[in-house]
Amino acid sequence: MSEVMSNTDLDLATLSRREANATLQAAQAGAFRLLGPNGAHALACGLMHPIEVTIEGHAGYYAAGANKEAAVTIRGNAGTGVAENLMSGRVRVTGNASQSAGATGHGGLLVIEGDTAARCGISMKGIDIVVGGSVGHMSAFMGQAGRLVVLGDAGADLGDSIYEAELFVRGRVASLGADCEEKEMTEAARDGLAALLEAAGMDADPAQFRRYGSARRLYHFTIDNADAY
Amino acid sequence: MCGIVGLYLKNTVLAPELGRLTALMLHEMAARGPDSTGFAVYGPPDGMTRLSAVSRTGRTDWDAYARELGRALDIEIAVETLADHALLRFSGDGQAARHWLIAHAPDVSVLSVGEAITLCKGLGDPDEVAQRLGLAQRRGTHAIAHTRMATESAVTTEGSHPFSTGADTCLVHNGSLSNHNRLRARLRRQGETFQTENDSEVAAGYLAWRMREGDSLDEAIAGALRDFDGFYTFAIGTAQGFAVVRDPIACKPAVIAETDEWVAMSSEFRAIARLPGVEHAEIWEPEPARIYAWSHAA
Repeated sequence: MSEVMSNTDLDLATLSRREANATLQAAQAGAFRLLGPNGAHALACGLMHPIEVTIEGHAGYYAAGANKEAAVTIRGNAGTGVAENLMSGRVRVTGNASQSAGATGHGGLLVIEGDTAARCGISMKGIDIVVGGSVGHMSAFMGQAGRLVVLGDAGADLGDSIYEAELFVRGRVASLGADCEEKEMTEAARDGLAALLEAAGMDADPAQFRRYGSARRLYHFTIDNADAY
Repeated sequence: MCGIVGLYLKNTVLAPELGRLTALMLHEMAARGPDSTGFAVYGPPDGMTRLSAVSRTGRTDWDAYARELGRALDIEIAVETLADHALLRFSGDGQAARHWLIAHAPDVSVLSVGEAITLCKGLGDPDEVAQRLGLAQRRGTHAIAHTRMATESAVTTEGSHPFSTGADTCLVHNGSLSNHNRLRARLRRQGETFQTENDSEVAAGYLAWRMREGDSLDEAIAGALRDFDGFYTFAIGTAQGFAVVRDPIACKPAVIAETDEWVAMSSEFRAIARLPGVEHAEIWEPEPARIYAWSHAA
């Protein structure tokens, strides 16, 4: 983006959430601050252009959902389903995120500096998720594509019923879900992990992670179709 | 979907504000439960037993019931009424008074008994119910409240939360229990009395039964984790404090915030967002099947 506009403040004390979202959705470029979120739902959603948005405080459910190209930072915690169905662009949460972070995301990068609750990356379809802390139970459940990187620990049943998503955990995994198994850390996987950690701004040594993926016993996987994922 | 909130004060600084802050939290949970609203406010015990009750008809002669109950139990009863509610105060056995009213006053639903608890509930939007039943003016040590979107039983005043069956113990619930009919039958055999077909009343009755049998609150909740089939986030009030627990797969949301002054819990952060000092709060989501409790008890 060549032209950088000055920060525009959108204050939810005076604007309705719908007005604030409409302003953001209409913007083609620029940087915005969303003030006074107070846990309101569906903030900075449905953005289709490469704008920057900073939510100054804790966000409620479904923040930054269904976005593409935008870069959203939540300076606080995020409620259920942050960055749900993300298509592209970036979302960063400086605090913790509730359950179902990055659910069904197709692309882009979600970074959570703190912890997430259960079902982080549920049904992920290509999104990359990097979590600085730990993730709750059933994370990456039915993950189809994309990568989930956890610098802390993973709760019970990690990767249950997983398809072709790739999981990396530095800490302890409470248990693996059905059809999820540890995989060899190939050179290509480690290089990809290193690049992803760098993109996420996380200082961590890729050599300390273990890699998990699908044992491919639970669905009709044909190696000839591997390129499709 | 329902909305639940709890606010526990660590000292007396905010005691005069307890009701106002609880009403503020309930307001934010209106969208999670517009059917009905209820709240339990705990104040320091003064040696008297308090019995909260609501009229099912709106035409209950509270003074007449108080006279009959007084004669039956040989006690002096003071009656204070507010809208369709009454607060009876006396020196004596709260459970005996509860059982007498359930047996003899068909137009009355007994909401709570104890030395610290006052409980009110009604149909409608939380702001309207809070206004009608004077929540904002109430002071105390801690409060538990609920906005209901009914799933398991009818939308009635009696079916609203919080539910209390044991002395000074009450419970609010977001979720539903699948085995409440069987549990209710089992608890009836243990001497519990129920006033509704509601699953959450069974949960309150279960805790009351376990604690009457000698369990601590923690032990009673641990039993609930074994015996309840369903999904739930509970906030549980006792004379001394409150506890929060979620089912083992954490189906229903919950967030807790704590400062040096207070502990607050709610279904969503937005109910906590306007509490004084929230910017310094430690905020987290309670883990599945883990009991969190705060108490004024030594």
